Amino acid sequence: MAKKEYSFYPGCSSQKGASAANYMVSVDAMCEELDVQLNEIPDWNCCAASIGYAGGGELPRLAMSARNLALSEQANPGQDVVATCAACWLATKETQERLHEDDGLMEETNQALSAAGLNVKADQNVRHMVEVLIEDFGYDELGKHVKRPLEGIKIAGYVGCQTNRPFGIDGESYENPKYLDKLVETMGAEPIESYEKKVQCCGGALAFSEQDKSHELIKGIIEAAYDGGADMIVTPCPLCQANVELYQDHINAKYNTKFKMPVVYYSTLMSVAYGKDAKQAGLNGQIIKAKQLEEIAGK
Amino acid sequence: MSNLNTEMIEKYRNNFLKEVTANVEEGEWVKMCMQCGVCSGSCPFGPHWDHPPQELFMMIRAGKREEVLTSSSMWMCTSCYNCIVRCPRGLPITHIMHGLAHYADRLGMAPKEQPTMKFAHKFWDNIVKNGRVNELKLSLGVYFMNGIAEGIKTSLKMQAVGLGMYKAKRLNPMEFFGGHTVKDKSGMQAIIEKAKEIEEAKIKKFEG
Ligand code: SF4
Ligand code: SF4
Repeated sequence: MAKKEYSFYPGCSSQKGASAANYMVSVDAMCEELDVQLNEIPDWNCCAASIGYAGGGELPRLAMSARNLALSEQANPGQDVVATCAACWLATKETQERLHEDDGLMEETNQALSAAGLNVKADQNVRHMVEVLIEDFGYDELGKHVKRPLEGIKIAGYVGCQTNRPFGIDGESYENPKYLDKLVETMGAEPIESYEKKVQCCGGALAFSEQDKSHELIKGIIEAAYDGGADMIVTPCPLCQANVELYQDHINAKYNTKFKMPVVYYSTLMSVAYGKDAKQAGLNGQIIKAKQLEEIAGK
Repeated sequence: MSNLNTEMIEKYRNNFLKEVTANVEEGEWVKMCMQCGVCSGSCPFGPHWDHPPQELFMMIRAGKREEVLTSSSMWMCTSCYNCIVRCPRGLPITHIMHGLAHYADRLGMAPKEQPTMKFAHKFWDNIVKNGRVNELKLSLGVYFMNGIAEGIKTSLKMQAVGLGMYKAKRLNPMEFFGGHTVKDKSGMQAIIEKAKEIEEAKIKKFEG
């Protein structure tokens, strides 16, 4: 297969020293194996996420994502924009669609962008990395690269909210998407197909402001994974990953549970299966160690 | 009462639905709600909403302006998008919740100590300043937003988490002294300023 190129929007949490830095490490390893070249959008800014709404009104928020699209058009013309973070993807795709649907909004946005000498057309596709994997490669092709099948590991596919709604992955349902399970299977591991919390919200950004309410949701997400017999949880979303991994001690203290459930990215699983070492797969970024993956990566 | 609030009451008198239609993001959709209640059963923080989305829409139509705008309900929205994919009428409910929250805040009617409102403001200030999120300053700011004593308590609780993340190279203490930014800060800020200006001019226009 020839090299594939995309205009890449990494997003804040993937930066060096940020909460999803390990996501980026494993994405790099995965892309190297698949011969994917990610051309970072120069000087990209934050997408304003969903929580930006109180401070920023509609237009300022759209304008922030439009700036990224405009910079992408300049530097990487003709390339699809690809994001690894669910919130980045959602905000950018929503902006792209709304600018197209509404000429007035397009005009106002370009008026705002002109303050920095920019202009946006917004006619590119905005895609999540998972879409690239499934649509541009497909499970069969992805499976061909497996060098070390993840045999014997049981994994709960936690899709979460924003990788799934409102856009979702083509051909998948909102209530019971199966693509993570299929990816897990493709990597040689065993998906927990009856994992009923696969699209349950983790509280999102409100895990900061409404901790107790969010911990209650997160507890359910982890409990269901244990109930299904999972060894670990896999997710495509950096906020889901952080929320479900980081608060387990708090939840244990509050609810008298004994959770110690590793939460990894799909790209971590794939990197290990593709024969990368623990560091390349981002495994040293786990707060709760994924020992079974470490063992396979150490072979 | 804020000036903008008084002006809006004058302008729209008893028609809160018209006010929402004109001024709230995606507010023109509210009248399309058929009160089936599907959205209300979809919110992850459901039990904590005084008035779930369907009820808010009914109250808007009934002209319960004060009750809607001072409610903490729409601040309970986690942006999970459950409602949007389920609503039989295709209402962009998530955006209407954000829009209502933003509008209430703009009018100075949002509940003063609403934690998500405070967090959302800190988040926005953080990105407007640097163009990118500074996670350390943001989280410290959040833990201390309820005062020093609460902040120290929360920080201590979070200390173990922070240390784990630091060891895993997922939290960089140096961020506190600067950290990640966009290069063209002034350009980005100019865009946001201009966008704000356009938006405010629009609300003024509705004022007539
Ligand atoms: S799901 Fe849609 S139509 Fe039904 S109550 Fe909610 S907003 Fe109204
Ligand atoms: S997006 Fe907001 S309003 Fe819609 S179901 Fe989720 S929490 Fe409720």
